[in-house]
Amino acid sequence: MTAEILLQTLASGVLIGLIYALVAIGLTMIFGVMDIVNFAHGEFLMLGMYSAFWLFALYALDPLLTLPLTVLMLFAFGMLLYKLVIKRIVAAPMLSQIFTTFGLMILLRGAAQFLWKPDFRSIENTWVSGSVKLFGIQLGQPQLAAGLGAIVVTWGVHQFLTRTKLGAALEATAADKEAAQLMGIDSHRMFALAWGIGAACAGAAGVLLATFFPIFPEVGANFILIAFVVVNLGGFGSVTGAFWAGILVGVIEVMGGLLLGPQYKLAVVLVLFLGVLMFRPQGLMGKA
Amino acid sequence: MMKRTILFAALLALLVALPLVSSNPAHLNLAILVLMAAQLGVAWNILGGYAGQVSLGHAAFYGLGAYTSTMLLLNFGLNPWLGMLLGGVVAAALSLGFGWSCFRLKGHYFAMATIAVAEIVQIVFTNWDYAGGAVGLTIPMGERGWGAMVFADKAPYYWLALGLLALTVGATWAMERSHLGYYLRAIKDEPDAARSIGIDIARYKQIALALSAFFTALGGSLYAQKELYIDPGSVLSTALSIKMALVSILGGVGTLFGPVVGSVVLTTIEELTRAAFGGSGRGTDTMIYAALIVVIAVFYPSGLIGWWRERVRHRKARRAQLAANAEVAA
Repeated sequence: MTAEILLQTLASGVLIGLIYALVAIGLTMIFGVMDIVNFAHGEFLMLGMYSAFWLFALYALDPLLTLPLTVLMLFAFGMLLYKLVIKRIVAAPMLSQIFTTFGLMILLRGAAQFLWKPDFRSIENTWVSGSVKLFGIQLGQPQLAAGLGAIVVTWGVHQFLTRTKLGAALEATAADKEAAQLMGIDSHRMFALAWGIGAACAGAAGVLLATFFPIFPEVGANFILIAFVVVNLGGFGSVTGAFWAGILVGVIEVMGGLLLGPQYKLAVVLVLFLGVLMFRPQGLMGKA
Repeated sequence: MMKRTILFAALLALLVALPLVSSNPAHLNLAILVLMAAQLGVAWNILGGYAGQVSLGHAAFYGLGAYTSTMLLLNFGLNPWLGMLLGGVVAAALSLGFGWSCFRLKGHYFAMATIAVAEIVQIVFTNWDYAGGAVGLTIPMGERGWGAMVFADKAPYYWLALGLLALTVGATWAMERSHLGYYLRAIKDEPDAARSIGIDIARYKQIALALSAFFTALGGSLYAQKELYIDPGSVLSTALSIKMALVSILGGVGTLFGPVVGSVVLTTIEELTRAAFGGSGRGTDTMIYAALIVVIAVFYPSGLIGWWRERVRHRKARRAQLAANAEVAA
């Protein structure tokens, strides 16, 4: 194996890992703020992909151009979903929570199939197509743009959480709901906000993926399991943890694929996940 | 108690006689699916309900049962009855590893780890050529009859499914009344208190898991004998794991007949919507099924049996109140 192949694999692992990180950030935020695991998270990504696809197919608008619009739409959708459904199960037993979001997952997939048919679709000839050679490694332009986009969005979320009052309120709710309530922070508003941001992040990841990944109603299934792993490794509720864990999982996945064959890349990630859970249930980067 | 036993026996007799009354194969098939899903729910409930450990990876045991009996039959000509039993034993044995890697985790962490374990098992079988890989395994239609557990018509499968359900319910009933049942309840409700009086929590959880895995695997072998074809998608999928948990939750977790009630409702709705809307290929049936799951999870968190008990309790309380009022008025 030459160093070039290794470097090439490493680079593509980092790039896909950035997308995983972006998907997982929303998931970890929802979990951190309200202790609910959102099984329908991959479907936010799917909706983001379809949004990019239709804006491109109907109005010839480039996905990178429509990214902000999709992010806004998904933000509104996440909030709406919270107000309509999730709000009612905040205090419900874990089992009902799991099955509510699981039901939403199937419902959204069914809705996508109903509205847009189960066909595979793709977006071609966008602003970023083809590949470039950087430092001797060949990188796909769509992947590169997606990786950069993921960094920008993640940075934005991080800035929001650390630099704004609203972000601080959200972090306070995640740390101690009751104490935050005593300070006059409305928990339900924060929960809704977490769902909005979570959906928006996954939607952004969907748009960024849409230029090089097939678009179909069940596409979320490819990402949800990985996102769970990333959230676990990064420590539940930790945005920074999810970012680094996302990159790590992306690299391990492609490396595992290179060594054992692509059919085992998910298995490699899952074995690692179980191993980490057993020895560090709080995640690689989580606090004990 | 006497009245209840007679009622129960009558119901069982009616169920046994059902294929003799109705000869419609579509109805019989629905009944078989209801019984099979109910049996899986009852088996899942041993761990998920009584021990309170929510597994979303039980398809691994189902698949192990189906693959063990089928591979032994195809490669060594082993009788499926024996294969079924061995499948259960294999699943129970491997559940030790499952428990070892997952029981240290709680709540969401446990649930997610079980998904990961089942997913790994699915990947292994998909890429294992000796087990048919992604193509799966076909059981040839050779000898038929009770000895070979292969039948041309549906009725015997109905009786098999009913018998297996009765066996699983019986085992759960016995467990409920044994020391194991009391320990599990203690572990579920008061883990710290249970530990403080010396109950070996890990051991009893493991026993519950092994029992649950054993009966789940029996269901898998029955499926293989009924369909005469298995592949990773049909016997190892996450959707299947979820279905097992779902029938229990819908009916009522930790109750003996909850999963049976849940399966009657859920499987019937699933099959009826599929028959009515499935042909369109537009996912209408999935949407109805999913919307139902959400409604149940949001509005009936304690399941149909829990909801019913509460209603009965309310009505009794109101009647007592009315009687008291009438007395005061008189």
